[in-house]
Amino acid sequence: MTIEDIQNEIIEEFSMFEDWEERYQYMIDLGKDLPLIDDQYKTESNIIKGCQSKVWVHAEMKDDRVVFTADSDAIITKGIIAILIRAFSNQHPKDIIDADTSFIDKIGLKEHLSPTRANGLVSMIKQLKMYAIAYQTQLK
Amino acid sequence: MFKVEDIRKDFPILSRKVNGKPLVYFDNAATSQTPQQVIDVIVDYYSNYNANIHRGVHTLSQEATDLYEQARQKIQRHFNAKFSHEIILTSGTTHGINLVANGFSSLLKKGDEIIVSALEHHSNIVPWQMLCERTGASLKVIPMTQEGELEMAIYDTLLSKNTKLVFVNHISNALGTINPIETIIDKAHKVGAAVLIDGAQSCAHLKPDVQKLNVDFYVASAHKMCGPTGVGVLYGKEEWLKKLPPYQGGGEMIAEVTFEKTTYADLPHKFEAGTPNICGGIAFGAAIDYMNSIGFDAIASYENELLAYGTKQLLTIDGLKIYGTSEHKTSVISFNLDSIHPYDVGSILDKLGIAVRTGHHCAQPIMDYYKIPGTVRASFSFYNTKAEIDSLVEGVKKAKMMLS
Repeated sequence: MTIEDIQNEIIEEFSMFEDWEERYQYMIDLGKDLPLIDDQYKTESNIIKGCQSKVWVHAEMKDDRVVFTADSDAIITKGIIAILIRAFSNQHPKDIIDADTSFIDKIGLKEHLSPTRANGLVSMIKQLKMYAIAYQTQLK
Repeated sequence: MFKVEDIRKDFPILSRKVNGKPLVYFDNAATSQTPQQVIDVIVDYYSNYNANIHRGVHTLSQEATDLYEQARQKIQRHFNAKFSHEIILTSGTTHGINLVANGFSSLLKKGDEIIVSALEHHSNIVPWQMLCERTGASLKVIPMTQEGELEMAIYDTLLSKNTKLVFVNHISNALGTINPIETIIDKAHKVGAAVLIDGAQSCAHLKPDVQKLNVDFYVASAHKMCGPTGVGVLYGKEEWLKKLPPYQGGGEMIAEVTFEKTTYADLPHKFEAGTPNICGGIAFGAAIDYMNSIGFDAIASYENELLAYGTKQLLTIDGLKIYGTSEHKTSVISFNLDSIHPYDVGSILDKLGIAVRTGHHCAQPIMDYYKIPGTVRASFSFYNTKAEIDSLVEGVKKAKMMLS
């Protein structure tokens, strides 16, 4: 599936929720369920410091696709990470570079991606794209 | 007679909704809300008096200058400074601290010591670290206890003839502890050290008497006490303010300028380079009038009631731990729920229209001491109610249910 397809699928899923509580509960459950990153990658150098919650990101290349794993110490942040990873992981670098993130607005989680939210998510998306750019260069 | 229902009518923002719910504003330690009386002064200033102050011969400039200098006198009376020229209007507490720290650059040398407390806000740590780097002086820290109080016996051992400066906050922003500043000041003076007290948190809850305290410097911000952001006060004893060199150069702060030499203006203008926050200063005066019209005794007694009620109600929640349990504290409750991240709790509370602060509260050393990433901090003001505290308690229970 393309990034856009996955994003549309996520939007579709979220459209079934009636209010913020259901949306948040779903996100919290996503955050709880997924072992997002291997502990060996939760290093100081993989950490993205938001002012409040920490985010770890690790990337590797498998068959010309970038595979991301990530984690956070806050569960709501972790839930959003799970959503982002679902959309961006296992994709070609170029598609990741070109992808937009407006689907986050469409599923009612816009406030978590505000640059002032201090949860590390904005920096995380930047970091995902940076990895994609780096791997794209390698492919050439 | 203190009636919270009437007081709430003075604050237009308290009737707005957030995320479809009535706003419950418990982030007062970060910034207080503004009453209509102060908003009116701001509107009146820009509608009728806006002009640059000092040395203007035209009527508007003179009227604006009068209003600004009257505000300085209100601030002087409020803090009970001996002279109005001991009141330096700043952009806020941080500016005041930096002004003093910078001034001491030329007065300190290697081997001198500066004492700060473990309870400080970053803005009362970093300027002193920078001062130490510039001068070779070293920084000593008064440690804290589990309850969030200062270890006063260790303070005694830190003081020596090398101590030149002591900096402590009057009230801790992260925990609400009221520090024993009278003792801290007396003991510092006995070894000949100067003392700066950071009053950013205290000025909303009590009325400091700088002469009675015999403090050398006292700093505060208007926006913590119902005034606007971007304006604050540095009180300094005249002898100290005369000794310190100017902080910034510019207009307003000079007596005479030639390319060979500039002589500086007298106090307070020596420290007030450039066009000040004129409207802010005048509104600061109005905020002080407003708070005094309610009365600091009434404010303190009502806020203590809220603190006692909030503490009791929050502690009914299983797994909730309060950080900062000193008997001497203001209406600040810093807490965590089991091992749930404060960011998560704050995000759910926000959805319920409840504004709290989460994180390390710019006091990372305190969080390191407790080995936690941060706390959820609810800080109450005299316009809050017990019903709002009930909403908070319900909100925290909901957050616990969703997040556990």
